[in-house]
Amino acid sequence: MALLQISEPGQAPNPHQRRIAVGIDLGTTHSLVAAVRHGVAECLPDNEGRVILPSVVRYLAGGGRDIGYPAQAALASDAANTIASAKRFMGRSLADITDAHKLPYRFANHTGMLGVITVAGEKSPVEVSADILATLRYRAEDTFNDDLYGAVITVPAYFDDAQRQATKDAAQLAGINVLRLINEPTAAAIAYGLDNASEGVYAIYDLGGGTFDISILRLSQGVFEVVATGGDSALGGDDYDHALAEWVQTETGVQAVSPADKATLKLAARACKEALTATDSVAIHAELTRANIHFDVERSQFEAITAALTVRTIAAVRKALRDARMTVQDVQGVVMVGGSTRMPQIQAAVAQFFGRAPLNNLNPDEVVALGASIQANQLAGNNTAGDLLLLDVIPLSLGVETMGGLVERIVPRNQTIPTAMAQDFTTYKDGQTALALHVVQGERDLVADCRSLARFELRGIPPMAAGAARIRVTFTVDADGLLNVAAHEQVSGVQADINVKPSYGLGDDQIAKMLQDSFATAEQDIRTRAVVEAQVDADRLLLAIHSALDADADLLDAPERAEIDAAMLALSEGRNSADAARIEALSKALSQATESFAAQRMNRGIAHALAGKNISSI
Amino acid sequence: MRLWRVVPRVNLQSNDFELFGVAKQFAQDRAALDARWKELQREAHPDKFAAQGNAAQRVAMQWSVRINEAYQRLRDPLKRAAYLCELAGSPVNAHSNTAMPAAFLMQQMQWREDLDDADSDEALIELRETVDATQRMLLSECAQRIDHLHDFAAAVQSVRALMFIEKFSQDLDLAFYKLET
Repeated sequence: MALLQISEPGQAPNPHQRRIAVGIDLGTTHSLVAAVRHGVAECLPDNEGRVILPSVVRYLAGGGRDIGYPAQAALASDAANTIASAKRFMGRSLADITDAHKLPYRFANHTGMLGVITVAGEKSPVEVSADILATLRYRAEDTFNDDLYGAVITVPAYFDDAQRQATKDAAQLAGINVLRLINEPTAAAIAYGLDNASEGVYAIYDLGGGTFDISILRLSQGVFEVVATGGDSALGGDDYDHALAEWVQTETGVQAVSPADKATLKLAARACKEALTATDSVAIHAELTRANIHFDVERSQFEAITAALTVRTIAAVRKALRDARMTVQDVQGVVMVGGSTRMPQIQAAVAQFFGRAPLNNLNPDEVVALGASIQANQLAGNNTAGDLLLLDVIPLSLGVETMGGLVERIVPRNQTIPTAMAQDFTTYKDGQTALALHVVQGERDLVADCRSLARFELRGIPPMAAGAARIRVTFTVDADGLLNVAAHEQVSGVQADINVKPSYGLGDDQIAKMLQDSFATAEQDIRTRAVVEAQVDADRLLLAIHSALDADADLLDAPERAEIDAAMLALSEGRNSADAARIEALSKALSQATESFAAQRMNRGIAHALAGKNISSI
Repeated sequence: MRLWRVVPRVNLQSNDFELFGVAKQFAQDRAALDARWKELQREAHPDKFAAQGNAAQRVAMQWSVRINEAYQRLRDPLKRAAYLCELAGSPVNAHSNTAMPAAFLMQQMQWREDLDDADSDEALIELRETVDATQRMLLSECAQRIDHLHDFAAAVQSVRALMFIEKFSQDLDLAFYKLET
């Protein structure tokens, strides 16, 4: 007999049905966490009412650390151990950081990602980001007094595969379930699109602390389509601070040499820049070791010394429009994102280029986190009435190296994701039994000018004449923009594939090691944590399958249903076990038992869409 | 009286036209394709199944990929034409068959020379107009050959010519870019 569950109006039948999901803007200079509460997206404040968390972590001798404001306060006094703007180092090697000599850090050079040597040992940018993410996670969990179900984390649209993967690794390290990585400008559009119900083509001009992104988005019928993206992953408000600091040193003849002096001057330059937003003239003060700087700066002088930076952003805007095959006239509005867009010369340059005043009625610091939280709320299944669908594109072309160091492009940039694309290759020598594949990302024709993502080999090809083998290389890019590559020799059936990760990101063993000594797990017994996580995953899965059965149980015949019911019962009983591996095995068994059910449900979904079209077109 | 509708069955092996529920022909309404793409993605996108476990995620990913693939092909007139020829048993074989009429090749060479000589925005714009006009002409020839004459062997010729023009068009874009920077 079937039982009907009856609940009071307005009461969810299951108290755990509402999942805590947040949006996180992991920024270069500061980070924020936001959530949808009572139907409204809002940034979550810390104990002292501040929503902004400076993206700064200070490592102390003995293993402790300061995160956020206390770390920021130590930027000048302990510059070498206080890591700011770690986002610029994510998925980057030392050679990528052109201004490394100007930074107050001791870098460790690795082939994949650089490290920063502190008094507490070497720190990967991923660990620094994980410390920031964990702080925001605890803030959300304290706010709701509940565990976090998951988060949508934003990345610059221009982030390549290495940088996206590094961001996901950081979230894993912080114990956060990533519902989705989305592009920052897209998150901003979500915040504006829903609040203002805008339709049409929009440009999102995002000048943050360390990155500049321009995205051309088409908004219609609740769909956010990214038509083109562009920008510069090494241009932001920090560069305006640097330019001002350099200029002041030249004008006054006072040089900042020590790490502490450099940091002091940088903070002074930032304060001066911010003051110039509201006034025409302000003095820059900095107390350095050898001499003090006290120097009057006119806004017009500041604008003149940074004009080249502003021009670079407009050049990138022009290029993105060309990629979108659009002109300024096609753009119905420009959304301003990032604290640096508060600078009057930026507002003016953008208004002049587009011939219209930009939209800036939401707080440019918060807008990305707010949009991410709306998407997170939707992905967690809290907003079943919502019809928000995000269709994203891949920001940079993906390809493989061919003879002569040339790139054969397999997935062109701005392709809508998820996507899978294949290209056939062959052997070039008689009897060749292996093929080395070098996966690269970038727009240039030479491998040397592109970013190397991974190398792997397809072995065991039976000896054939040159050109006889048919090797199909398939690139699959998921909705987060992360790549998987598979190579398949079609005559013999030999196969090899790789999650594009090890050559630039962190290996799973490195992640495991970091997890062990990470802040996120320091206070908890790792084993207990594993059991709790396995139970949470099991409950999530059971809930999902319950609701799938509620909707589409008629697709199953009796034996199929019995198999699923048995697997569900086994997991429901087994979830209380203290053995994480056992719970995981039962979860896996249930997943496998429902695989064909899931496929049939998808078929039904598509058929419904087709039927809808036929009826409406009659 | 109740009417029962027969819902067309689609699967991952359905061709692009079946998947999108549109007529198998060259002439297509771009706005209808766009709307249809979004409708289908709304059903199949992995985000819709984010809270439903790995099995649903994987299947959603397959469908979403398939829908994107079909959309890329349907919305691009050149890819759509090549696909229709392939479905009709006349594949374009762009890599192995590059023979083109002499007159066409002469015109291409002339354009290349014009492109090399162009040193102003006006010269490039004039060339752009010529190229776009030729492209429009060839596309309507292609539509005629596929939708009305059902002559796919002839349509393949138009498709090959259009491929040359697309390549040239990209080089022209690059020239605009170089002139600007």
